[in-house]
Amino acid sequence: MGQSVHYLGLIPLFPLMGAVFIGLLHVFTCKNAKLPEKVYGLLACVGPVLSFVMALKVFFQLKALPVDARFLSHNAFTWFSVGDLHINMGFLADPLSCLMLLFVTLIGSLIHIYSIGYMSGDKNYGKFFAYMNLFLGSMLVLVLGDSPVVMFVGWEGVGLCSYLLISFYSEDTNNVLAGNKAFIVNRIGDLGFVLGMSFLFWGIGASGFDYLSLKANVHHLTPAIALTVCLLLFVGATGKSAQIPLYVWLPDAMAGPTPVSALIHAATMVTAGVYMVARFSFLYAHVELAGDIVAWVGILTALLAAIFGMFQDDIKKVLAYSTVSQLGYMFAGVGVAAYSAGIFHVFTHAFFKALLFLGAGSVIYAMHHEQNIWKMGGLKAKMPKTYLTMVIGALALAGCPPFSGFFSKDEILFSALATGHYGIWAVGLLVACMTAYYTFRMIFVVFHGEPRDQHAFDHAKESPAVMTVPLIILAVGAAFAGFLNMPGVQTVSHWLAPSLTEHHPHASSFVLVFAMATSIVAFLVGIKIAYSKFGKGAAEPVFSGFEKFAYNKFYVDELYNAVIVQPYKAVGSSIWKTIEPNVTDGPVKAVTRLYMMIGTAFKVFQVGYVRIYAIYMIVGLSLMSLFLSQSLN
Amino acid sequence: MIHSYLYLSIILFCLGIVGVISRRNVFTVFMSIELMLNAANLAFVAFARVHESMDGHVLAMMVMAVAAAEAALALAVVILLHKHKSKLDTNVFSLLKG
Repeated sequence: MGQSVHYLGLIPLFPLMGAVFIGLLHVFTCKNAKLPEKVYGLLACVGPVLSFVMALKVFFQLKALPVDARFLSHNAFTWFSVGDLHINMGFLADPLSCLMLLFVTLIGSLIHIYSIGYMSGDKNYGKFFAYMNLFLGSMLVLVLGDSPVVMFVGWEGVGLCSYLLISFYSEDTNNVLAGNKAFIVNRIGDLGFVLGMSFLFWGIGASGFDYLSLKANVHHLTPAIALTVCLLLFVGATGKSAQIPLYVWLPDAMAGPTPVSALIHAATMVTAGVYMVARFSFLYAHVELAGDIVAWVGILTALLAAIFGMFQDDIKKVLAYSTVSQLGYMFAGVGVAAYSAGIFHVFTHAFFKALLFLGAGSVIYAMHHEQNIWKMGGLKAKMPKTYLTMVIGALALAGCPPFSGFFSKDEILFSALATGHYGIWAVGLLVACMTAYYTFRMIFVVFHGEPRDQHAFDHAKESPAVMTVPLIILAVGAAFAGFLNMPGVQTVSHWLAPSLTEHHPHASSFVLVFAMATSIVAFLVGIKIAYSKFGKGAAEPVFSGFEKFAYNKFYVDELYNAVIVQPYKAVGSSIWKTIEPNVTDGPVKAVTRLYMMIGTAFKVFQVGYVRIYAIYMIVGLSLMSLFLSQSLN
Repeated sequence: MIHSYLYLSIILFCLGIVGVISRRNVFTVFMSIELMLNAANLAFVAFARVHESMDGHVLAMMVMAVAAAEAALALAVVILLHKHKSKLDTNVFSLLKG
């Protein structure tokens, strides 16, 4: 059995305490005396950094244990206990959650530091950091929870923070609507998660509902229930991790501040779905059909988002669609039962996508909040550090060897090939080519060629060190993190092995080399096309035909609006206008009328004069006395 | 013998009731209440003599003590009422009218 360690509960507690403290400080000081921004910045970074230190401690303690006994647990308190259901506020650190823990706290800390610079001058500086800390705390609860219920607490917490931070610039109605959209779409997914949990409990929950008990009892599930649970949980994952058909919220979520896009909507929260599927690998590994559905949904999302990404003109939207696309890869990975490959892509993606978003933020900051790439150009000379780090991030995203994205993406494509999922491999390869194309389209348009807006270009300058240093650290991660799981070394896969139920496919080295070679070719083709079209400067294109169709995202938003939102609204308003006044209101209003009639009848007695009340008393007492004297006789 | 005391007590009590019901001045109402209390006291003491027990006396003393405390409170209330409306007519205070 694993050891119980008390400091495990502290890891989420540090940022949560930070959130409460900063929040109170902001509430009490925002009206009159404004605190200097440095105070908030310092306070906000304490929690994440302390959590990171604790995460390192967890890592080294786990590392010292023998491979089979690598898990630490801490039961903070019994949350509730109903019938067979005993839920503890328990935390579990095993290799899988430890890996998530390390990069979530590291990237979280870096983004907090970056935000000190990016958010400077904002009038809700304190509120921003309170939300960010709350987010990090919730994310750590999600990662560390030892049962699906505790995970769900974190799952909802991050959803709430996502909503709050997307709508952070709440003066603009569009931002508020984007926040609402994210929240409502996530709600649909969460319903799936709750139903999945309920079915799981119904099936095998009676003998313990934490992961270890579930894992031990999973063979008691009937195949039908197992499939239902897998699919319902995956509905939850499609909501949180932006997969077909619930991906529509993520591009809109870019309305929030850029560090939020980097932390929540690229590096951490949106990968929660992948983490969840990997966490339930003992379940998904038994249900092949569910795995195939996950993989196909993932890879089709990757394809669709890559198509959209090729035609966007907002720098953050390009990155948002590339996030959706990469999340699709991760699901393809976990879907073909290559859980460690999927999680490894989560890990490397966190580095290079956070880097790209923060780089984009640096560009946006320099361009005075201009996000249209067709108004930029030639920024290479003005912002050398941002340029260099973003190119590293772009190479990693596009899958250029030896940057991190190459190894993790290649691992997924190789696994698809080795397990015989040729269709997924082929689509994945096509998406890899498209990824290289749209990533470098963005890089070439923003940084190369001639400046398109001379005025903004003249005012652009490199961001301060508090923003560029996190960029550089992330760039180092994006460049070298891939070596951790090189074919042949597989450090991460071996590390994760005790947490996951997976069988590494035995494929010949020919398949390995073939997968790698095709990936490199796809990357080269993509970058070649991007260079020939945009490498030497290009004018803003005018779209027609299919391009226009893709530029408008296949009108999916409009379709959802017409097919789901409007009918739903129509049903709601018809109920409000016909059934409510005619059916439901009748009995309710009748009851009030009855009471009003009784009240009016008795009103005449309430004359308001003291002496009349005295008469009532005397009459009443006299009658009582008479009655008593009669009954006594 | 006891009958005379009880008749007197009843007469005093009825006078008190009539006063409470018919008079509108707060002070008069208050005095009428005191009259009723003392009518009850008289009955207590009379019965105590008849039954040769001290219980009635004790109760009478208690009623006096309570009446004294009540008088202090009631006068304070009267002062507040007067401050509020500058009148001591009970019909002015009719907020409970339905």
